[in-house]
Amino acid sequence: MDLVEFQGKQLFARNGVPVPPPGAVCRSVDEAVAAAERLLPDAGAVVVKAQVKVGGRGKAGGVRLARSVDEAREAAGAILGLDIKGHVVHVVLVEPASDIAEEYYLSVMHDRVGKGDLVICSRQGGVDIEEVNRTDPGAVVKRQVLPSERADGLPRGVADEIVAAADLPAEVRDAAAELLVALFGAYLAEDATLVEINPLIRTTDDRVLALDAKVSLDANAAFRHGDHAEWDVEGLEVRDPLEDRARAEGLQYVKLDGEVGVLGNGAGLVMATLDVVAQNGGRAANFLDVGGGASAESMATALSLVLSDPAVRSVFINIFGGITRGEEVARGVLGALERLGDFPQRLVVRLDGTNAEEGRRILAEAAHPSVVPAPTMQEAAALAVRLAEEAA
Amino acid sequence: MSIFVDASTRVVVQGIGSQGTFHAARNRAYGTQVVAGVHPRRGGERWDELEAPIFATVAEAVEATGADTSMVMVPAPFTRDAILEAHRAGVRTIVAITEGVPVQDMTVVYDEVVRRGGTRLIGPNCPGLISPGRANVGIIPGDITMPGNVGLVSRSGTLTYQIMHELAQAGIGISTCVGIGGDPIVGTQFLDVIQAFAADPETEAIAFVGEIGGGEEQRAGEWIRANIPDTPVVGYIAGFEAPAGKQMGHAGAIVREGGPGGESAAEKQELLGAMGIPVASNPSEAARLMIERLGR
Repeated sequence: MDLVEFQGKQLFARNGVPVPPPGAVCRSVDEAVAAAERLLPDAGAVVVKAQVKVGGRGKAGGVRLARSVDEAREAAGAILGLDIKGHVVHVVLVEPASDIAEEYYLSVMHDRVGKGDLVICSRQGGVDIEEVNRTDPGAVVKRQVLPSERADGLPRGVADEIVAAADLPAEVRDAAAELLVALFGAYLAEDATLVEINPLIRTTDDRVLALDAKVSLDANAAFRHGDHAEWDVEGLEVRDPLEDRARAEGLQYVKLDGEVGVLGNGAGLVMATLDVVAQNGGRAANFLDVGGGASAESMATALSLVLSDPAVRSVFINIFGGITRGEEVARGVLGALERLGDFPQRLVVRLDGTNAEEGRRILAEAAHPSVVPAPTMQEAAALAVRLAEEAA
Repeated sequence: MSIFVDASTRVVVQGIGSQGTFHAARNRAYGTQVVAGVHPRRGGERWDELEAPIFATVAEAVEATGADTSMVMVPAPFTRDAILEAHRAGVRTIVAITEGVPVQDMTVVYDEVVRRGGTRLIGPNCPGLISPGRANVGIIPGDITMPGNVGLVSRSGTLTYQIMHELAQAGIGISTCVGIGGDPIVGTQFLDVIQAFAADPETEAIAFVGEIGGGEEQRAGEWIRANIPDTPVVGYIAGFEAPAGKQMGHAGAIVREGGPGGESAAEKQELLGAMGIPVASNPSEAARLMIERLGR
């Protein structure tokens, strides 16, 4: 799960990473105006920032400085409803403006290649770090941290080394190293896969603060973080209603933009199914992994989800019987059809593997009007694509 | 010969609930020596379905039965400790089937067990491995394949079964099939398995099934080109149609937006193709390419 800025700052704050004074999370212009009225007397200026899970907010006009209530009203009005790369803004953060002397970059992330954690630090912040890495790689310090050296968190000595290597000014090195230790602690304590501060600022009075926060949390670790679910709220990301429903039902589902509904068992096989549908001239409407078993119940849940997508004109059920035998799969499909009642789409069913012949025989004998059996993946894909075209 | 497991492999099972017992019994029926179960509160009891003893710890199981391989089927929250326990008890090979292990747990496990410990860890989030006719450790259906000379390595379960099945229908058997798992951190990489195949006199050809995400396939390809250029190798990468930024089932199966590149199926196909390794566009084509390369 990715967090938006204000959530990331909440996570930072509770782990001792310094952030600007708390702002207000607003869903309307009126709320933003009220926040500005409250904050402006002390702050002098506020920043109104779009809360969306996409980069490049500043360039898109999603971050504005306001020195008066009127300016805050205008800023919130302009930002709420703004479309930033397909993400419509429903929430803004109104935050006291900070006095920025310099901008740096700091992050900790999971390192897939090195199988450890990676700290990245640069004196050049507030810009695209990938771009800095391309144009001036010497300005980006990368330090791999292995579990054996961070059993009790990131050692202060390592943090000192990193901020010195990045050539942060002497006045803020101590504070920056301290912040890095806290940031690394947050990364570990919250099971994050990324904590990124861009920019990390030096204030005019030589403090360091996380002016922005980008955080990704490991969904597999949700079992030890019951409180993370509180950040899963509406209005912060583009969500597909079918994906939401799939998540609630515990299914691995991804909405795609084609017309052939796809379901199969096993993530790899389903990915391969999307490929074969495309190679036969069609487009898959979704990715759906029904998992190992194929009971009538799980098949009905999955099929009902696929069929409720109005774009779906035909369905390709692709099952390789491993431990789940072919006859069980066939009965699962027929049982699901019984539960679902009538629907217009035809289902191409391809069964292979253990006891596939028995499964095919059961499907053939049932002669269900919606079911079209196919012997191979290729033939099934071609058939599903043709049926989708005919139904268009 | 085979790699990682054979007829002499002695398996202890960590996680002997209904799933663990079901698969252990299948492994036993296949001919694998499943010698013990481990359960922290059932030590001293009998594992009736397997007619095997239950021990409270892996160390006791190893001591009493000479188990050298552990199959880990415990739920995800307990997987880190189960793998560490098996490693510290001195088993040689650990096969972790469990799905959904937090990535930071695997960072710790990889460091102690693999990087510093030198223990063979396969998985997690994998179907295990099978050496047809000798041993089956995990959840791969044994009856869809047969002994032979093709080494198969894959990040996916059912997709591997599909290719194994198509090869079997063409009369082509398998030396060992290893499912390495679909998580961002797994104990054994493509390259580790391919190097083991290269050293195995019985493996004459190699098929690998990759996915979108990461760059392990390319690293394996570079090694193949430099070290075993004459061995027939074919591949398939699943996910040509996967959109960027979307995780496709497996935790590691994602083409990261603004990522390092080389993670999409098309890029992997092109990079491997340039190394002289044909990569099929679908599973049937992969089986067909292998059949052609073996001249059968």
